[in-house]
Formats: sequence, structure tokens, C-alpha cells
Amino acid sequence: MANRNGTAGKTKSSLDRLGGQKFVVLLVIVGLFIFFSLMSPNFRKYTTFVSILDYSYYIVLMSIGVTFPLITGGVDLSIGTGLICYSLVGGYLISFYHVPVWAGMLVTVLFGSAIGLLNGCLVALMDIPPFLVTLCTCMITRGLGSIIVGGFGITWPTAIQPGGWFRNIFKLSTASNTKIPIGIIWVVILVLVMSFVLNHTKVGRYTIGIGSNKEAARLSGVNVKAYHILAYVISGTFAGLAAIAYSAVFSTVQPGTGAGFELEAIGGAIIGGVSASGGAGTVTGSLLGVLVICLLKTGLPFIGLTANWQQNITGLVLIGAVMIDVIKKRREVK
Amino acid sequence: MGEVILTMKGIDKSFPGVHALDHVDLEVRRGEVHALMGENGAGKSTLMKVLTGIYTKDSGTITFEGKEVEFHNTREAQEAGIVIVHQELNMLGHLTVAQNIFIGREFKKGIAIDDKKMNEEAAKLFRRLNIDIDPTETMSNLTVGKQQMCEIAKAISHEAKVIVFDEPSAALTEAEIDELFKIIRDLREQQLGIIYISHRMDEIKVITDRVTVMRDGTYVGTLITSQCTKNDIINMMVGRVIYEDPKTKSMVPEGAPVVLRVENLNAGKMVQNVSFQLHKGEILGFSGLMGAGRTETARAIFGADPKQSGDIYVNGEKVVINSPEDAVKHGIGYLSEDRKRFGIVVQKTIAENTTLATLKEFLNGIFINKKKENQVAQQYVDSLATKTPGVDQLVVNLSGGNQQKVVIAKWLARNSDILIFDEPTRGIDVGAKNEIYKLMNRLASEGKAIIMISSEMTEILRMSDRIVVMCEGKITGELDIAEATQEKIMNLATREIS
Repeated sequence: MANRNGTAGKTKSSLDRLGGQKFVVLLVIVGLFIFFSLMSPNFRKYTTFVSILDYSYYIVLMSIGVTFPLITGGVDLSIGTGLICYSLVGGYLISFYHVPVWAGMLVTVLFGSAIGLLNGCLVALMDIPPFLVTLCTCMITRGLGSIIVGGFGITWPTAIQPGGWFRNIFKLSTASNTKIPIGIIWVVILVLVMSFVLNHTKVGRYTIGIGSNKEAARLSGVNVKAYHILAYVISGTFAGLAAIAYSAVFSTVQPGTGAGFELEAIGGAIIGGVSASGGAGTVTGSLLGVLVICLLKTGLPFIGLTANWQQNITGLVLIGAVMIDVIKKRREVK
Repeated sequence: MGEVILTMKGIDKSFPGVHALDHVDLEVRRGEVHALMGENGAGKSTLMKVLTGIYTKDSGTITFEGKEVEFHNTREAQEAGIVIVHQELNMLGHLTVAQNIFIGREFKKGIAIDDKKMNEEAAKLFRRLNIDIDPTETMSNLTVGKQQMCEIAKAISHEAKVIVFDEPSAALTEAEIDELFKIIRDLREQQLGIIYISHRMDEIKVITDRVTVMRDGTYVGTLITSQCTKNDIINMMVGRVIYEDPKTKSMVPEGAPVVLRVENLNAGKMVQNVSFQLHKGEILGFSGLMGAGRTETARAIFGADPKQSGDIYVNGEKVVINSPEDAVKHGIGYLSEDRKRFGIVVQKTIAENTTLATLKEFLNGIFINKKKENQVAQQYVDSLATKTPGVDQLVVNLSGGNQQKVVIAKWLARNSDILIFDEPTRGIDVGAKNEIYKLMNRLASEGKAIIMISSEMTEILRMSDRIVVMCEGKITGELDIAEATQEKIMNLATREIS
């Protein structure tokens, strides 16, 4: 009786029970990995594996952060150029003003938080569409980093220089010069922490609430503005963390780059099941989705396809993922 | 009735161009159900929004439990013990029932939200209210009626001392309303003050102790319900209304041609083997409980949802309807039960909404003939008595009844011959309701064929020439108005189907 009137007679499909879209994405990752491994002997090497991870860290971190504004129904386009800007400023302080490396890192992350705060305030307090706000801060950060450092590339300390210890945060070199990608540990920890935040704390609950029905959340006494701002602060902070990962892996940062990183992070989140209209999504989903993009990006060159192809194929995968989302919604409506 | 718990005195509120509240008074006692009545736009909702801190008053005083208070947002009002059950359902569809009930004041275990405890507390709440809902169900999976019950549970969970019900019964079936009244009587026993806003006169007589009437933003008076008649209240509200007489026999002329014939329509679980005929000039009532499949049937006919099988004949000819566009082409118009979502574009003007389905007729080459558009819209504003300063007014600024009139105007402008009215008077007050009844009768006498889906028994019996009753996706019976009674309809609507 309860089921007849209470719920629209919905039964979970076996796919849903396994985690739905996430499970499909996981299969895609495994499939891609096997495919590339079979096609290219070079792909099977340990060094390749390590370099895939190197190329993934910063996008994964951005993706974890941007999941929050996406779930509120917004977007954050400033994280890509922001990443470069934060890294430039942090590196500049370290190499020209000789601040300790840890302080430079802190500035990098906090700069990200600050831009996130700016985004959040403009979106939540001034009611400007997130697309516009973050498009503007995207342009601003792109210019700002370059202005502050005077237009030159900045090099963070290399492994042999003093302060080079920070590179070991992501990749540990042993005596025999084998690289151990311990960045994985940080990624796993951050994914777990942010998953917890999204699923089991007020911050996450209200983030979903804003994306689901902002007015209802407001009328229930939720401080909607504060939590809306917070979503962008999280996104900015993770862009700052991503800047650290980027600096640790690539050491030299060029002004004017970074545009397009945000699209890979956002695309990954959407492949991983974040609803393009807000209200739904998971951090683990975003992680898996972004891994698909990273695998394509690093794997396709091994089978002789150029960067252009990689963009093409990523776009097609993204459309596929969005279509799954749309079809799912249609089914729910019935 | 106990002592006075809440007094609103001389409340004044203006918006740009509108004096929404003009020195309004309201007094609520403990253990009282106090009806707040008035036509659309009389200012009931505004008054309640002032009470709960959504709007700030310009002047006047609010005294609650002997102290003068002023709330700046709903949270402050909630904490003081004044809670509102909103007319528009305020649900977060992606979250579960329990998460919705406790949003804004989650139970916590350290920094984590304690979902388990929230589920337990919600279950307790439902047991107390005798409602059968699973707290872990996702909100968007519930029917409108169940969602409403959750809203009420949420309000009650706030240790409320005063609860405002803003048209709680608008979306409920008769059985659910009985359930609701039982809950309200319990709350009255517990010495809560209850403000009850409704347009249904019958309910006011049944459930309320006193009634305060408002008109055009002013206070008209307060009556003791048991000492006044329906007409007393209506006269205070509008000073005029006489209802259309209920039909005692079908008004359809002998041998009127069949304009719509549906045969063995199947569309999902909610529409199974549905067959019926609709005559020219007929109002065919569709009765049944919530979730009986009436709206689903209408949507399938209109092409809004896909159908698995079945034939549709318009004027004797078999037609293929796979989309609303096809339906409109064959002269079918559908007035959705959920205006906000399907009926109107709220951020557009009245004129733009009126011509939405007929834009082609208003084109000069590639340009829209604004002048003609405004003229036609004005014509409908006049003939339907839509209350608005002008046709360039955004629809979002109109009250529910006037929004419904804009939707009707849209289909009339399209010259549709078959009109499907889905809950045509939901959330509409007495005066406007009667206008819509009159309008429907006029349309029928002009030869339009009307399907009217309604959960209000009195409406079905007042308006229909013939009544089709559905239950669980199937048609369980058909009654001529001459032989129809409430009992017969309820019998068919609740019949168990093996």
C-alpha cells in the first residue's frame, strides 16, 4: 500500500545498485587501460604509469573542487587560469623574495581561496550568473599572474635545489632513482575527505540543497548565501592545491597558459555523474570521470593520435555522458 | 479556545505601486483553528509572509505570547514557534524525506550529519501523525499528496506553537483531507494556534472555529464560524458571488457528434486500456483519487508522454498524436494542473503568454505584430476579467486565479475545440472559481468539448454532463450526471481491481 501511492513504483535496476554511472565509468577506465596496454608496449611501462599520474594530479584536484559549484547548479571557469596565476605568485615569492617554500605554498593555496571567495560573493550576494562571474575572474587571473611576476616564466625549486623537498610530496625518488608516485595517497585522502564533506556534513547537504531548490532551502532557515559562497571557496582552494601539484610536477610555470584546464576538470566531473543542472553528483564520480579524460589525454599519443584527436574524442565521451544523464532524467519523469 | 497567543495589529505593507496590506488585524488563540479568507490578491499570503519574517512590515505590531516581536527571517520565526506550511510545495527533490524534514537543523554526530537519527526521528513523526511514508525515500519520488504530508510533518517537528496552513488541501484527495483534518484536530487539542488559509468554503465550516476575512489588502471582519453561514463569509469576501447552479441533467443536445474517441489507450502503469468518448458541447468530468491515472491519461492523449498502444479519433478520423504539437494541430488544448511548470512562462508578459500557441497568426513576415498581440490579449483580459494593470504585466506578478485565466486565454486564442482542464480551480478563490465555472459552461454551450479532471467532488458534480471514474490506471465506471452521487463516485474510485 505504501509503495503503491507513496513511491511511483520505482525499482532500482541492477546497474543502479552497482553504483550506476560510476560503475560504467569504472569499466571505461579499465577498458581504456587494457586497450592502450595491448596496443602499445610503451604504455605498459612503469614510467608511463608514473607520468600519467603526474599529468592527472592537478586536474583531479581541480575536479574535486569544481564538483561543489557544479552541484549548486553553477560552474567555476576561473580554476584553470587561476591555477597558473596562484602558482606564478607562490613561485615568485620563493625565488625572488626567498620566502620559505612552505610559505610560498601557503600563499598559493590561500590565493586560490581568495579568488574563490570573490567568485562566491559575486554569485551569492550580487546574484550574477556564475558563468559570467567566473568567466571574468578567469580573464582577471590570466592577466594578474603575468602582471605580478613581470611577464616571465617562474621556476619553482628543482629537486636538487634547497627547498626541493616539496617535490617529494607527489613523487618520491629512491636511491636507485625509481620514482614512487605517492601523490596517489594525497589524492585518495582528499577524495575521501571531500566525499565525507559532501555526503555527511551540512556543507554538502546544503550544497545539494542549493542545486535542488534554493528557495526551499532558504525558507527552511538555511543560510543559503554563506553555503553558496563556500562552494566557490572550496573550488578556489582546490585550484590552489592543484597549483601546488602542477608546480611540483612541471617546475616551470609560464604566464598566459592554463586556459582549458578547467574544461578538463568540469568535463571529468560531468562524465562522473555530476548533473549539469545541479542537485546531484559525487566526489568519487568526479574522480573517476576525470581519470577517463587523463587516460585519453596521455594514452592516445601512444597509439599515434595527436592532441587534436584527443580533444575530439574527449568531447565525444562528454556528450555520451551528458546523454546518459538526460536519458536517466527522462526515465525518472515517467 | 484558550488565551490569545498571537495578535497582529494595524499591519501595513506597500510594494512599489501596490498597497498590499492596509492596517490589517488578526488575532489567534491557543487551541483554535482560525480561518483566513479572501479572494486572490486580498493579501492573505502577504500577511503570513510578514508574520514569518519573509517580508518586513512598514508599520503595525505583532505580539506573540505577550511580547512584541519582529522576525527578520523564517528561521527566527521558526525558533520562536511560528511555522508555515507553504502553498507551493517547498521540497528539495534530490534529498530524502528525512533530510527535507530536518534541513536547516540537522542532527549531528561530531561534524557529520547523523542521517540514521534523522530517519528514526522522521519515522517517529510519521507514526505520531499516522502517515505511511518511508523517511529514506527520495522526495521527488513521492506524489504531491505525500509531499504535502511531509511538509506538515516538517512544520510539526518544529515544536511549533502557531502553525500556518496555506491552502493545505488544494492538492489532496478527499481521503487525504480527512487525514489532514484529523491531524489538525489533534494539534488543536494540544493547544496550538492554527491559521488555516483555504478557498474551500465547506472545509472552513468543518474545521475552523473563527474566520477572519480580508478584501483588497484590508481587514473586513472576524466571525465565529458556527454562528455564520457560508453566504455571510462570501458576502464579506466579495459582496456579490452567486455560484453557478449545479447541473441536474446533461446539457448536451441529443445526438451531438462525438468529437473525441479514445480506444484502448495504454501508457505505462497509470493508463491501462482507457476508452471513452467526448461529445460536442459536453463537459466530461474525470473523477478519481490522486494517482488514479487521470492526469497521465490526459498527458498521453495530448502527446506529452509516450503511449504504448491505442487509437485516438478526432471528429471521426483516426489521428496520430506523438507530441503536443500534433495535439494542438488537431485542436486539442491542455491546461495543466501544475501551471508554474507546464502552463505558463512566468517571466513573460500576459500578451506573450496569450499568443504562445498561436504566434504564427501574429507575424508580419518575421516580425511579431506587437500591436495585434496586445489587442487580442486585452480582449481576453476583458472577457475573462483577468485582474491586471495591463497586458504587458509579467505573469509571475499575477495571483493563481489570474494566471489560470491567462492559460485559458492561450488556448481560446488557439481556437481549440477540445479542451482538457486539469484541476482548473486548484488554488483559486471563490469569486474567480465561479468565473471559471461560468466560462467553462459558456465554452461548452458554444460547442467546445471539455474534459475536466478534478479531485473536488463538488466541482465534478456541479460541472459535469457525464462523469468518468478512474482507479489505478483503469476506467472503473461512467455515470450520467442525472444518476451521479458522491457515494456512487467514491465507490467506483476506490473499487478494488483484481
